[in-house]
Amino acid sequence: THPFPAGAMEGEERRLAASLTARYSEWVLEELDELRGSFLLTDPAMPGHPIVYASRGLAALTGYPRRELLGRNARLFQGAATDRAAVSGVREAVRAQRAHQVAILNYRRDGSPHWVLLHLAPVFHAADGRVLHFLAVQVPIAPASPPRRHPGRPAPLAACREEARGEEELPCASHVGEVFVDIDKRGMETRRRLEAEELRIASGCDKEMALSTANNIFSTLNRYSKLTGLVVCERRCDSVGIPALSSSLNLSLGRIKQSFVLTDRHLPDMPIVYASDAFLSLTGYSREEILGCNCRFLNGPGTSAEVLEEINQHICREEACTVHLLNYRKDGSTFRDLLHVSPIRNSSGKVAFHVWVHLDESAKHDFSGLTPEVWQLGAVGAVRVAVRSLSASGSLLRPSQ
Amino acid sequence: MKLTIKRVPTVVSNYQEDAGERPRGGCGRNCLGHCCLPVSELPVYAFKANPTKLPLQEDAVPTDFFINLLLGQWEDRMTQGLFRYDVTACETKVIPGNLGFVAQLNEGRHLKKRPTEFRVDRVLQPFDSAKFNFTKVGQEEALFQFENSGSDDSYFLRSAAATVADRAPNVVAINVSPIEYGHVLLIPRVLDHLPQRIDQESFLLALHMAAEAASPYFRLGYNSLGAFATINHLHFQAATQRIPLAEGGIKSGVKVSKLMNYPVRGLVFEEGNTLNDLANLVSSACIWLQDNNVPYNVLISDSGRKIFLFPQCYAEKQALGEVSQELLDTQVNPAVWEISGHIVLKRRDDYEEASEASAWRLLAEVSLSEARFEEVKAYIFDAACLVQSQVEEETDDAIYAPVPVGPSAVGEGCLVIP
Repeated sequence: THPFPAGAMEGEERRLAASLTARYSEWVLEELDELRGSFLLTDPAMPGHPIVYASRGLAALTGYPRRELLGRNARLFQGAATDRAAVSGVREAVRAQRAHQVAILNYRRDGSPHWVLLHLAPVFHAADGRVLHFLAVQVPIAPASPPRRHPGRPAPLAACREEARGEEELPCASHVGEVFVDIDKRGMETRRRLEAEELRIASGCDKEMALSTANNIFSTLNRYSKLTGLVVCERRCDSVGIPALSSSLNLSLGRIKQSFVLTDRHLPDMPIVYASDAFLSLTGYSREEILGCNCRFLNGPGTSAEVLEEINQHICREEACTVHLLNYRKDGSTFRDLLHVSPIRNSSGKVAFHVWVHLDESAKHDFSGLTPEVWQLGAVGAVRVAVRSLSASGSLLRPSQ
Repeated sequence: MKLTIKRVPTVVSNYQEDAGERPRGGCGRNCLGHCCLPVSELPVYAFKANPTKLPLQEDAVPTDFFINLLLGQWEDRMTQGLFRYDVTACETKVIPGNLGFVAQLNEGRHLKKRPTEFRVDRVLQPFDSAKFNFTKVGQEEALFQFENSGSDDSYFLRSAAATVADRAPNVVAINVSPIEYGHVLLIPRVLDHLPQRIDQESFLLALHMAAEAASPYFRLGYNSLGAFATINHLHFQAATQRIPLAEGGIKSGVKVSKLMNYPVRGLVFEEGNTLNDLANLVSSACIWLQDNNVPYNVLISDSGRKIFLFPQCYAEKQALGEVSQELLDTQVNPAVWEISGHIVLKRRDDYEEASEASAWRLLAEVSLSEARFEEVKAYIFDAACLVQSQVEEETDDAIYAPVPVGPSAVGEGCLVIP
């Protein structure tokens, strides 16, 4: 049941691939092929909201050769016993363009059912906030022991299927509503087997695996979007939703001359909550473009993944580190960055932010006799003083209006 | 009767415990003593001779350079692990009330407790090189030398011989048991082994440091012996504080006022023109106090333009058993930071229950009585050649507090919008 006649296949595949290569350059496909995990990318702007990329891992997991998945809608993984509620949840998340995680029963090409943790995340265009792709990661969930019968469910009826098949009109795609609706071909013959399937719950490990796979994919897309001048985000990059810093803190930070940002690890995807003017000059971005985004938009194909991992490790351990790495400006040019990252504690003694102080090593600087390292650490010290400063009410953050 | 205090937490260097065990001469530890320092190199910060003048040359260091240097070096020592604990991980809060006292829970600072190494009933005692002093400190704890540039501009040398000035270098070193971020010691003429006593030259040096920092957060302090100085080797302390003091305007002439509405009686010196005049005035007051065995603390704020002088008597009361057990149990020794409103508490209960009332009670014990204070004040004015009537004019409007009285007294940038 291949959707395309043989002759048109190549043209069609190129068209689907272009959904990615036009945004992230030709090399992104190879790079995605290197990643581990089962995942796919879909393009909501194309008719039918098709899959435009399927990983090797997904092919192995589901038994579908990759060519068979391209151009199909992702609902093909669902079957008779797939929980209606789970499907609606996914459909709703797609419609609302937000991330979503759910344990769901899927079917392989040979009809055998299996449980996966589905992790869905939109990929936003940073500048205008539209959804470029949806990323769906599938992590198989192992059976819990002992197996137990789940509460009986009514057999899927035609009426149910019709109800589940939404016909909603959406701003960015007319067929998104049909994304994950049940298909009725399979399931009947395996209903007896399905009755024995117990409800599965994803473990913490499964969730971490899904998250980490998703992060790797985002990193890859980010690195390669540099080549086309695109900035993508895991969430809509705007300042709404980020708690604003108090005016006194903003004032104090504004006096610090070095190039730095503050990130908040307690918010999803550790977004930037402050960027100094010097940072904007160095990288070429405007404040609106980057507030709310994760720092990874600075990275590109030449950025060492090992160094990024080292930074991550230090952040998790709440330790400071100094690294050299290659980073990218908005215009795509690179610079050798002497980067110092350090946790910053507030008056409660807990880590409130991380500071990232950048220094373009290739540029000429006048530090009036200080070494570059001490000059950078001076910025860290000044940030510490600013963040730890107490006022009458003792609070540094205020909720956004 | 010799007065002693049983247990006093000390400012310890990383080497203090070893001081007795190390062999004398050729210490090989790269210290700040005669054996090592004269042949070593340290960075040098040369401060401008006249701080109120604007910099002349284009390549003069920018105004925030000093703070950047100090904090950058301090942060560097943090990454090297030279501090006993991470002071930024200590919980701190503002105690509700008018005075804006700050309480800090610091369980690590008091870990090493040892009897203080000298008598606490004499403000002036001769230097004893057998006891711990700053020449025994390792050079990694030193951040830079602090010398007079002799010109109108400051400059910085990344490395220079420690003998670059033709006399003993003034050294800025970290305090390894900091009460705040950036807590350092200013040690005038470290090799000269000066005991803890103020003179005009050393006081002027401290004022210069405040002026170079040019920051409302940065303050210097001094504790005399008997007012909880722990090492009898001349030093000032400096630290960033959590609440910036509102910056005063420039006033001409010397203004001396009595501190009002504050648990500790003290004098406030303000001067708008030269640091030298202010140094002369305050140091002569300090010298009288020293010579007459009155312990005292000094707080230098507002970039060296406002100085608080607090004569105190807590140590004497303690030794005479006149302090309540409740206060003794907090183990707070009210030195300059405590008196200026930064109270370091060892026990969590004390921290949770800290109130302005309890802080006031503690500090009130430090203060000289009204009668005694007036007596001392009269002697000080005499010694400093101040005219009494001049002072009386000023006291009417002298409603000062070391920290902002309330939001209205604080500069606009310090408010939090609810």
